[in-house]
Amino acid sequence: MYRITKAEKLAENIYLMDVEAKRVAKACEPGQFVIVRMDEAGERIPLTICDYDREKGTVTIVFQVVGAATELMRHLKTGDAFHDFVGPLGCPSELIHEEKEALKKKRILFVAGGLGTAPVYPQVKWLHEQGIAADVIVGAKTKDLLIMEKEMGAVAGNLYVTTDDGSYGRSGMVTKVIEDLIESEGKQYDLCVAIGPMIMMKFVCLTTKKYDLPTVVSMNPIMVDGTGMCGACRLTVDGEVKFACVDGPEFDGHKVDFDQAMKRQQMYKTKEGRDFLRAKEGDTHHGGCGNCAS
Amino acid sequence: MTTDVLKKVPVREQDAKRRAANFEEVCLGYDKEEAMCEATRCINCKNAQCIKGCPVAINIPGFIEKVKEGDIAAAYQVISESSALPAVCGRVCPQESQCEGKCIRGIKGEPISIGKLERFVADWARENDIKPEGAKEKKGKKVAVIGSGPAGLTCAGDLAKMGYEVTIFEALHEPGGVLVYGIPEFRLPKEAVVAKEIENVKSLGVKIETNVVIGKSVTIDELMEEEGFDAVFIGSGAGLPKFMGIPGEQALGVFSANEYLTRSNLMKAFDENSNTPIMRGKKVAVVGGGNVAMDAARTALRLGAEVHIVYRRSEEELPARVEEVHHAKEEGIIFDLLTNPTEILADENGWVSGIKCVRMELGEPDASGRRRPVVIEGSEFTMEVDTVIMSLGTSPNPLISSTTKGLEVNKYKCIVAEEDFGATTKEGVFAGGDAVTGAATVILAMGAGKAAAKGIDRYLTEK
Repeated sequence: MYRITKAEKLAENIYLMDVEAKRVAKACEPGQFVIVRMDEAGERIPLTICDYDREKGTVTIVFQVVGAATELMRHLKTGDAFHDFVGPLGCPSELIHEEKEALKKKRILFVAGGLGTAPVYPQVKWLHEQGIAADVIVGAKTKDLLIMEKEMGAVAGNLYVTTDDGSYGRSGMVTKVIEDLIESEGKQYDLCVAIGPMIMMKFVCLTTKKYDLPTVVSMNPIMVDGTGMCGACRLTVDGEVKFACVDGPEFDGHKVDFDQAMKRQQMYKTKEGRDFLRAKEGDTHHGGCGNCAS
Repeated sequence: MTTDVLKKVPVREQDAKRRAANFEEVCLGYDKEEAMCEATRCINCKNAQCIKGCPVAINIPGFIEKVKEGDIAAAYQVISESSALPAVCGRVCPQESQCEGKCIRGIKGEPISIGKLERFVADWARENDIKPEGAKEKKGKKVAVIGSGPAGLTCAGDLAKMGYEVTIFEALHEPGGVLVYGIPEFRLPKEAVVAKEIENVKSLGVKIETNVVIGKSVTIDELMEEEGFDAVFIGSGAGLPKFMGIPGEQALGVFSANEYLTRSNLMKAFDENSNTPIMRGKKVAVVGGGNVAMDAARTALRLGAEVHIVYRRSEEELPARVEEVHHAKEEGIIFDLLTNPTEILADENGWVSGIKCVRMELGEPDASGRRRPVVIEGSEFTMEVDTVIMSLGTSPNPLISSTTKGLEVNKYKCIVAEEDFGATTKEGVFAGGDAVTGAATVILAMGAGKAAAKGIDRYLTEK
């Protein structure tokens, strides 16, 4: 069993938990993920790692309630435990393998959408610890759904917050902020890292392509085992079949077939799930429901 | 009970029509009377060929002799000397090409039903709560075993019996490897058989740590340098599923057999109450002809589908066991042989709507010695299906080989290990099973686990 040492609600339907998992905390690096199971009958749920404390042996996860399993998970409290917590899975972010001096010269822009703020955080924090200040755009549908603003502000060079409805920070989608920064605010970047809903990553990639800005995305397809055995997470990158769990989760965003990946994500969406999403998201619907074309 | 010495005592099976709609075990096994009767057919050869046919060299005439006498507990101890998983092997070994294939009785008439006898003995021991005997003395040395499938469990069991302190590391949340995620309930009951065999291995003192992915959670070098393991056995299994590389393979409703079977077996998706979903197709094409293809097909059938096996060679070349093919046919699986898919078709929403195939004929033998299938010109046709399951084998998982210094792999990326004792190119590290050979059988993996246990014992004794 893996004990929860902290459970916190960050925003409507978004929860943060610190979980005791010594092996994972010792081995994990930014960009990797874990798979959790709540109980003996639970589904295996992949979640990106948001933070880790090697001394305490804890790993921080952030999740959004999107279906039956996460609906149950949100009720877990400090002192409760996960039945299973395995990781770290996937490859660490390429940033951490780069030569430090070369990395310091790189101007990096992170683009985080919604829950994607959680996996962006450890990468920005890691760079900060190396003395590198990266710019970060954080986008949320509305002010109430914005998470980790303070934490991100503490490790980012410049933090640009935007909300779709203009209720806080800048107004509009993250893609608009990228355009504004580069076209009107004189910013130049050598690398973009975008993590968020697939539809957001797709449009970020279309935007950065205009500027020939290399862009890394973190894919979150359906998974079962997470170790390369089942092939459920396969996607097409540059015309080749890749497994997100062992080859990724990070890929060259300009080479990912997003339309296919988004379709594949719908495979097990049930009618209940779609209804749930529609009810929750209303007019701010962002795709991924299995009904809409995007 | 009287018997015709030339014929096996028939084994009871669940009726084909009935079992096609449930996940209960197909073969019901012998009772004691039937087993003792079958045992009398054994002529107890001095130079027993059956033992040579067994990858773990069970003293087969020895245990059958005990069954003949009705001393089943003694028979179990004879088997336990060589095998940690008799209830599994009695069910899934390809006996026809191993022990039974060498049986002298088989020259004139049918061979002794060794597999069914082994199964009976193991089941009887379990029902009567008889455990294998553990080590009398401890060696004071620690061995890490990676993977809790047939190779790992066998290696761990043997080492524990020799007195080593053994910890198995398992990547999934449940131990058993392919016995749990791969082979379906109706061939190998999970609770009643697999879980109990694992309990037996644990009762020898073996520890099992689940949710540890070696190469990710911790590396082999760390296990040896920081956690004090004196030797390591890698039995991590086969790896990544292969796909055909034909158009449409990423359509919704195309699965690897591994995914389909893992959902059903490990995650219990066949049960309506499971939280893990599985696609319940109406018409399913399973591409491939091995045991895994048969397992996937028979699972889809039980989930309510009309199921077709699509295989490019003829029945003679089917790599699956004859018994599996026979059972599949009895249950109503349709075999589309000499048929090869060329494209998967999808509807406007991206879901599978059909599979385009060509007919094949057999030409000259190829490198594998099997006659090479050749496309018949102009034979293209479309089969309407809503689900396609690809069962084409696997390629090795790089998780361990890419994170372990000094561990050599061959051109197929399989770990290089010497056959008799399983030694790899890295000192103190041994390997066996599918990680070394590529996808093979449960018993071959067990044989390799056994060989490596000997190798590890020799290495640690000399060290």
